[in-house]
Amino acid sequence: MSVYYSEDHEWIEVEGDLGTVGITDYAQGQLGDITFVDLPEEGATVAKGDSIAVVDSVKAASDVYTPVSGEIAETNDALADEPELVNSDPEVGGWLFRVKLADASELEELMDEAAYKKFVAGL
Amino acid sequence: MSEISDFENDPDLEPIEPAILPLDAWHRDKGARMVEFAGYPMPIQYEGILAEHLWTRESAGLFDVSHMGQLYIAPAEGAEIDVEAALEAALPIDLATLKTGSVRYSLLLDEEGGILDDLMVTRWNSGFYLVVNGATKWDDIGTLREYLPDEVNINHLDESALLALQGPKAVDALARHAKGEAPLTELKFMKGAAYTLGGVDAWISRSGYTGEDGFEIAIPGEDAAKVADLLCGEPEVKPIGLGARDSLRLEAGLPLYGHDMTPEQGAVEAGLIFGVNKRRRAEGGFPGAARVQKDLAEGTQRLRIGLALEGRMAAREGAKVMSGDSEVGIVTSGGFAPTLQHPIAMAYVDTALAANGTALQIEMRGKRLDARVVAMPFVPNRYVR
Repeated sequence: MSVYYSEDHEWIEVEGDLGTVGITDYAQGQLGDITFVDLPEEGATVAKGDSIAVVDSVKAASDVYTPVSGEIAETNDALADEPELVNSDPEVGGWLFRVKLADASELEELMDEAAYKKFVAGL
Repeated sequence: MSEISDFENDPDLEPIEPAILPLDAWHRDKGARMVEFAGYPMPIQYEGILAEHLWTRESAGLFDVSHMGQLYIAPAEGAEIDVEAALEAALPIDLATLKTGSVRYSLLLDEEGGILDDLMVTRWNSGFYLVVNGATKWDDIGTLREYLPDEVNINHLDESALLALQGPKAVDALARHAKGEAPLTELKFMKGAAYTLGGVDAWISRSGYTGEDGFEIAIPGEDAAKVADLLCGEPEVKPIGLGARDSLRLEAGLPLYGHDMTPEQGAVEAGLIFGVNKRRRAEGGFPGAARVQKDLAEGTQRLRIGLALEGRMAAREGAKVMSGDSEVGIVTSGGFAPTLQHPIAMAYVDTALAANGTALQIEMRGKRLDARVVAMPFVPNRYVR
């Protein structure tokens, strides 16, 4: 199991050919209080970099880009009633969707935790 | 106080905008996240917009609104000029019914009746005190300079800070410190008076931009941190950022200049005809009067209305308002209403569809959100009259 990070502040935790995607703690802190999450349809085919979810905060709406291509296997139903999970537990309970990876080599373009930390520190 | 009457006559004399406001360091010390607003770094939030919003509704929030323009309109030294008549020729306000210390909402209109700004006008003993929007203040000064005779001075009180203490417990917190001729509790909505706050001279009016009871407090910039500390030392008071200021004013149905009204709209279309006082509607004699009178007589094609949305996805500025397949309007402000726990919006829609209860839809990111027209304010006002 490995976790990768994108420059758009998504994380993806990969187990076999299934990736679980969410936004990072840094991202939720920047967005502020999240009031609604618009999730993709299960079964949808998505391409790396597509805007496939939206996180609404009191302040503004922000796009979430899928860090990998594939098919949406599952979305986090808990967020319908508790969108604030993305604030309180962004990297575990506040996950957004699971995607069945089409091309595992896309992960190589992402950052590991150390590189992401360095990236955020430079912002 | 700086004299700026001669801006237009002196091309070398540019207004020098202060880069930072008096409470800049104070905000940072309180952990604020700063963003640029109206040309200044301003606090968008401290602990979080939602918490700050709800705190203001149940207790009291301190807002720094020092970016706003504070102007003092008075006769030039030695000039024999009726400032009241001059200001009535510039603004659609009835000053004959505005008593000393009273505050009234007004509009700055262009010659075609488009809205250049909204503002508060207070009668002081020797002139008029105006509070205009921060983002428009330099333009407003230019427009007023054009509208007012040379014998009238426009003094930009740019060394004065402006705080707003808003919420149901604002009066309790402020009354402990405000010393004046009469107790603060006797001051009613849209009235102002001179007080001292911890020894600092303050002009305090019972007014604000949240729909709550509350006060606006003008103090010398050099004393702003001292007064802010004094007020935030009260258990009812926390500092509140611009983020919550926006969500609070939206719930209160109060329009934001540059979004919910622009030079494109007139007073009638914007639902702000109360900013054109009754006598003036009939008499005219102010810039844009012809448009106001025409719009009152004939109505306008669109009107500013409030929308309550189904679901939780918020509509944002620029979203199309739809009725069936027809585009019938545009959202000018929108967001999640923390007090109501559902999204709300302000929009301009075709007048035929502006009645309360009308079912409409909003197009957001390829989706259709169900909405209906509702009366504003969305959250009832709690002014103390």
